[in-house]
Amino acid sequence: MNGMEPQVIDDFTWRVGGPQGGGIETAATLFAQVLARGGWWVGARREYHSNIMGRHSYLDVRAARRPTRAFFERVDLLAALDAETLARHLDEVKPGGVLVYDPDAARMPLSKLPMLDGAAYKRIAAALGGGDPVLERALERYRESDVRLVSLALEPLAREVGEAVGADAITAKKTLNTVAVAASLALLGYPLEFLDAALADQFAAKPKVAELNRKVAAEVYRRVEPLADVALEPIGSPGERIYINGSHASAMGKVAAGLGFMSYYPITPATDEPFYLEAHPESGVVVVQVEDELAAVNMAIGASMAGARAALTTSGPGFALMTEALGFAGLTETPLVVSLYQRGGPSTGLPTRTEQGDLRFALGAGHGDYPRAVLASASVEDAFADAALAMNLAARFQLPVVHLMDKYLASTTRVIEPFDTGTVVPDPGVVATDAKGVFPRFSLAAEGGVSPRIPVGTPGAGYWITSDEHDEIGHITEDPELRDAMMEKRAAKIEALRKWLGPEEMYRTHKPEAGTLVLGWGSTEGVTLEAMEGLDMGYVQVRFLLPFPDLEALLEGKRLVVLEYNQSGQFAHLLAQETGRKPDHLIVKYNGRPMTIEEVRAAFEAVLSGEAEAYTVLRAGV
Amino acid sequence: MELKLADYKSDLAPDWCPGCGDYGILSALQTALYKLGIEPSRAVLVSGIGCSAKTVHYAATYGIHTLHGRPLPVAQGVKLANPELTVVAMAGDGDGMGIGAGHFVGVGRRNPDLLYLIFNNEVYGMTKGQASPTLELGAQPKSLARPNLQSKVNPLMLAFASGFTFIARGYAYDVKNLARLMQQGIEHKGLAMIDILQPCPTYNNLHTREWFAPRVYDINAEGYDPRVPREMSDAERAERMARFTLKATEWGERIPTGVFWHADLPSFEERLGTFLPGYPKTAPSTRPPGGESERARALMRGHRVAK
Repeated sequence: MNGMEPQVIDDFTWRVGGPQGGGIETAATLFAQVLARGGWWVGARREYHSNIMGRHSYLDVRAARRPTRAFFERVDLLAALDAETLARHLDEVKPGGVLVYDPDAARMPLSKLPMLDGAAYKRIAAALGGGDPVLERALERYRESDVRLVSLALEPLAREVGEAVGADAITAKKTLNTVAVAASLALLGYPLEFLDAALADQFAAKPKVAELNRKVAAEVYRRVEPLADVALEPIGSPGERIYINGSHASAMGKVAAGLGFMSYYPITPATDEPFYLEAHPESGVVVVQVEDELAAVNMAIGASMAGARAALTTSGPGFALMTEALGFAGLTETPLVVSLYQRGGPSTGLPTRTEQGDLRFALGAGHGDYPRAVLASASVEDAFADAALAMNLAARFQLPVVHLMDKYLASTTRVIEPFDTGTVVPDPGVVATDAKGVFPRFSLAAEGGVSPRIPVGTPGAGYWITSDEHDEIGHITEDPELRDAMMEKRAAKIEALRKWLGPEEMYRTHKPEAGTLVLGWGSTEGVTLEAMEGLDMGYVQVRFLLPFPDLEALLEGKRLVVLEYNQSGQFAHLLAQETGRKPDHLIVKYNGRPMTIEEVRAAFEAVLSGEAEAYTVLRAGV
Repeated sequence: MELKLADYKSDLAPDWCPGCGDYGILSALQTALYKLGIEPSRAVLVSGIGCSAKTVHYAATYGIHTLHGRPLPVAQGVKLANPELTVVAMAGDGDGMGIGAGHFVGVGRRNPDLLYLIFNNEVYGMTKGQASPTLELGAQPKSLARPNLQSKVNPLMLAFASGFTFIARGYAYDVKNLARLMQQGIEHKGLAMIDILQPCPTYNNLHTREWFAPRVYDINAEGYDPRVPREMSDAERAERMARFTLKATEWGERIPTGVFWHADLPSFEERLGTFLPGYPKTAPSTRPPGGESERARALMRGHRVAK
């Protein structure tokens, strides 16, 4: 952004940091909406602590001329709403980028930041030359990396501007987020009318608040001088585009596939889905918050047995509690979908950070052998399509389906073209239409292991369901021949499911002819594709982990790289087990922060140049 | 076609021990369903694990034999998916008061329209007679290596604390009265619980049929009125709570049975109906298929960048 002529911007990242609960999420949503209205493809990611109020939180909003699915380590503009943001994001603004900060914050010594933990304090103090540095030193550090400093006392500005347009002091202070967004947009020269329209929309239910914020925005624009060499302009119209995160997309996919019942116990980051459906009764979904995950899973199983299309969302700790019932669903051939939002484990681990540490758990959860399907979504678009597919697979093959999501997908919001809901047709599965009297619910005359089904309560018929091994009408059996027949009938579903899906649903490729192939699953696809642009590499996104696609021919003679978010290389192990191929390079990350485009690019370049080790750990992120 | 009592009996012969209280409970349940004229295919019985859990296989209704401790969540799932069905959940005392006790509290807070039976014999029969959560402190039935070191939980008091709206106790060998209690419990609009005293002839040599027979009595026959209307003064309510507590904790020379508490609160289905358009008529298992795509599009409209 140096030089005097305004530069054409193709790709721009705005970061806003501040205390959790202080409204920075509202600010980021507003910023994203304003750019989206101007035709930009926007993506926003959210990083936060397991805390209600006060701990450091930040969001990146990336706007580009083309759809993007990943984020950079270094941003173009950092709006620091508090002193801690100033301290934590050293070295994360691009040379030539902009830092908007409060001059009062820069006068604080590091030791006075109330929420800064000991490890971060030590690291930042050392980076700033030791002692108890005053944050002026942080400003010097930004300046040294060619960051332009814009001193703007946002809080006093909010108060002053708010009062100038007639609000009392407390109300005026609440406009801080609007002030931060307006100041950033004014600096970038983005037209006010888009902000004005977005504010009118954001506060549509509260006309007085909308009016105040619009006046405040206009006043900030009058006071803030645009940067001479930057011009962020609208590039088109948003048309029908939607702005949506992975949780809501997953909920929507399930609804399109006929979801009728969801029970849940609150857990981060999985609860957004049921919480969203609770707020939208037009979804037609019975949502029940229950006493624990045992109740959640068993209630959904009961609803499914009675004919409702049922699903759950949870994350690692909750899934651990559900495993006994998952086997119950497997044995009783009950359709059930669990969207498993992975977060940093083990145990409580990193509850608000991302990871792909539950793959092996999802594949093996529960005692005994029973068929299940496991698929992983890579994006918001996948979340919709996969949630719907999972519902249909569960219904068609009468088994539990684990739909792997993660915290990154849950809390990353993107502008995308609307989902084509017409492409989703709820699959009724194999239904018996003439059931009378005692019904062989678990009939061994079952094509692909699937016995025709009627829900419990179907008039004029009856059968039993038991968690014991059972006969065709559902009574308990310990007969050795029946046991074998039932085990074999259920096991047959996996091959039937594989055939029904076809290879095109099970994986997708990008430049598969390249000599070096990266393999990934879940949310690594976006960052991988962007990081490998221009490099002589191809990519394989494995969508189904169980059943596993037949990849042997595709991988023949290739150098293989696996990229995933866990310490042990869970997917790499699975790949070796399924294909006999051990990857040449394993690149992992487990600090809970999303992979950045820069670090993945560097790791790929090292692979291509021959400098990479067999095992590389990525460590970027705040 | 006229329904007969035999229509509620399955072809499977029970494999309970001779003299087991479970026979009486099964018979009472079949009688209650028959007397209420409930089509067998419109009733769903849901059990947990243990001797009590086999009950569902001996009735010619739909039967779901779930996991240890989990009949209540499964039963609620069935009921909320299809509120037109008659749902009866049942559990042993270990199942219901031990491993599944969390659900007991949870269901009480919701008040769904179902009947819950506790088969209370104070021991874990299927695993050879360990102490159950309803066994008294210090008691030592014959299979225990040492006296019970834990105090007992009182299902009636826990049901009361959890918000159950119909609380009763029956006796497995008094099939006639037990069937009557079950009938009332099924007819009750909301959550009904019957704590059923059920001697285990194999492992509980302390509380046998002979021990119970002279002790059990019917509180309603003695004039105890369990009804608690929705509208009443605080003083009246306090008096009824005190009266309930005295009866629910009586245990020894006299053991009360009958209906202890019969309150009137909106069921969970009614509560859901105030938020979900058309529920229970639009319940997921009873609504006609179709409209899924429209529902997803309705959600999507809220996400449009330009409204």
